[in-house]
Amino acid sequence: MRGRWKALAAATLAGVLAVSGCGGGDDGGGDASQVEVFSWWTGPGEADGLAAMQAHFEKANPGTKFVNAAVAGGSGTQAKAVLASRLQNRKPPDSFQGHAGAELLDYIKAGQIEPLDSFYEDNNLKQAYPQQLLEQISYQGKIYSVPVNIHRSNMLWYNPKILEDAGIDGPPKTIAEFITALKAVDDKTDKVPLSLGIQWTADHLLENVLLGDLGTDAYNALWKPGADWSSPAVTKALTDFAEIMKYTTQESASSEWQDAAKAVVDGKAAFNIMGDWVYGYYVNPGPNGLGKKLDTDFKYAAAPGTDGTYMWLSDSFTLPRNAPHRGGALAWLKVAGSKEGQDLFNPKKGSIPARKDADKSLYKGYLEYALNEWTSPDTKLAGSFWHGVYASNKWHTDIDTAVGLFLQNKDVAKLQQSLVAAAKNSAQ
Amino acid sequence: MSRRWTPRRARRWLPGLLLVSPSIVAIGLFVYGLIFWNTRVAVSGRHDEITPYGFDKGKNFVDLWDEPSWPPAVRHALLFTAVFVGGALLLGAFLAFLMEKGVKAEAGFRAIYLFPMAISFIASGVVWRWLMNPAPPERAVGLNQLFGRVGLDALANDWWQHQRWGMAAMALPAIWQMSGYVMALYLAGFRAVPEDLREAARVDGASEWKVYRHVVIPQLRPVTLSALIILGHISLKVFDLIMAIAGKQIITYVPAIATYVEVFDSHDPANGATIATYLLLAVALLVIPYLVWSVRSDRRDRA
Repeated sequence: MRGRWKALAAATLAGVLAVSGCGGGDDGGGDASQVEVFSWWTGPGEADGLAAMQAHFEKANPGTKFVNAAVAGGSGTQAKAVLASRLQNRKPPDSFQGHAGAELLDYIKAGQIEPLDSFYEDNNLKQAYPQQLLEQISYQGKIYSVPVNIHRSNMLWYNPKILEDAGIDGPPKTIAEFITALKAVDDKTDKVPLSLGIQWTADHLLENVLLGDLGTDAYNALWKPGADWSSPAVTKALTDFAEIMKYTTQESASSEWQDAAKAVVDGKAAFNIMGDWVYGYYVNPGPNGLGKKLDTDFKYAAAPGTDGTYMWLSDSFTLPRNAPHRGGALAWLKVAGSKEGQDLFNPKKGSIPARKDADKSLYKGYLEYALNEWTSPDTKLAGSFWHGVYASNKWHTDIDTAVGLFLQNKDVAKLQQSLVAAAKNSAQ
Repeated sequence: MSRRWTPRRARRWLPGLLLVSPSIVAIGLFVYGLIFWNTRVAVSGRHDEITPYGFDKGKNFVDLWDEPSWPPAVRHALLFTAVFVGGALLLGAFLAFLMEKGVKAEAGFRAIYLFPMAISFIASGVVWRWLMNPAPPERAVGLNQLFGRVGLDALANDWWQHQRWGMAAMALPAIWQMSGYVMALYLAGFRAVPEDLREAARVDGASEWKVYRHVVIPQLRPVTLSALIILGHISLKVFDLIMAIAGKQIITYVPAIATYVEVFDSHDPANGATIATYLLLAVALLVIPYLVWSVRSDRRDRA
């Protein structure tokens, strides 16, 4: 018996030595024997996109083992909780997904991720991305993540048939027109004018109304230190927001964004304002999509008052400080930031590359329109606060609370007060 | 020092101690150790992940009341607790009473009433979310649709999305789920009342109602108290049911959800720990008097 234990112990020790011996492939950039990539890309489309990037990565880096550490659940909520505990325990993955922009601020301030400016220089990435994008994701002049894809927040989805019945020709161009159109639908049809989902979709609507009413520059300025949230222009936008909310449904709080979007193609609601992930949900075949047709079942336009502005959000990858396999992490970021990597990932995920030089032939339907808008030199960029670009986590939560309370009391003045207070508390 | 340590004496207590020591260590570390750590974070100024902990003299416990989301969370928790505990107690006692009066196929009914307890709140929440949808008649689903079909339109309502009383509706699934358990407790209580006592009362000319009023119900007090404590602490900590039905929305905000949001969404460990401490205090307020009472009555019984 004792002899067997000794043999087992010896075998274990040998195993440990062998494993630690593997870590020897140091090439100056750090251990590149493997790379653990942490994301919440587990859903249909996005998981396929990640797999395609992984295959590309493995071909380019045969010596590096790719470990997919994706965590499912709650569109990232679950993953972020897991990530927070790993970072607390100083066991970071080699690279993790995060929305580009202020959502990363807590990690940046805690020194948990490294600035990537020299990485951008080495790989000529500063020319590859739009200048406005790099400005909007920089914190104190430094860039901390590599954007892989771009989604658009300011999208209006509508049912052409219901608009016709209500006597509305074409999508509304301004917030005022939008309110008139909502009223027309309410008066002339028995359909829901604007479908809405749970609380966060109201936050999403709020950012779109703010952008539509204030214009791009004033909206962008709201998120700078010392911004004036108490201005009459903001009051006007919030009053419009309150007015628009009157045309939504009683049962919003029990609907997910999918339910709200589905109401449009099912002919139950005229309008829905939601990010462009709705498009994939509409046109993809079941069970993950609805298999609907553009132009007959639904149409899209920029959210009212925001044409010419791309309110963007982006999934990006980071370099954690003390990443156990730094060499592997840098090799991964190189793929994530490359034209090939992004062109492999995005058509599957249903988003567009963050780079300007994508292969346009790969993007069809809505994505073709989106890519043209993104790369057009006339397009102005605005960051989506709700999806992590402009508001830090705390600010984000405070605004969510203010909107949640507003949904109860419908008091515009109180909403504005809370937004002013939230901005003051979270001066970045 | 007559009680010298000898191997023979040690043989009496040492095995017992060795047997329980792993659980003492585990509880000490993972329950009391973590309670200590949580309290430590709650009285610190760590409102993000970089500020050193420090000590801010319980400022968080006061400041929390200025957070716009906190007062509604407390109000919701209280309303939920009142309706849930009251409802589950009454329904459970009523079911147990029916059983006690003798129904056919009692074992079958007992199982049916107990089954909901075997389902997790997360799973039943998904169904209740659909059942309690407040859509108006033309789009109604769930219970409102059912009411509409059978001509009880007056009963259709906003359920948990009602501005003021929403949390009372939120208590319905919890009552449904826990009343079977309360029934089991009460049934055991009823059965523990000796038949002799009832017979004696009946011989003395007590009506059936008076037998219950003066003989049976007074003996159920310990059961009621246990049920109250168990339901009360479940209710104060409620999290999964609300997450499944409503998610993180202000309209159904409760302290446990606030803890989650503060720690994981807002990245504010100190506020999260403060709320957790308030929750612990609220539960302690329930449990400690109960423990004191049960230890005392234990002693009384022995004496």
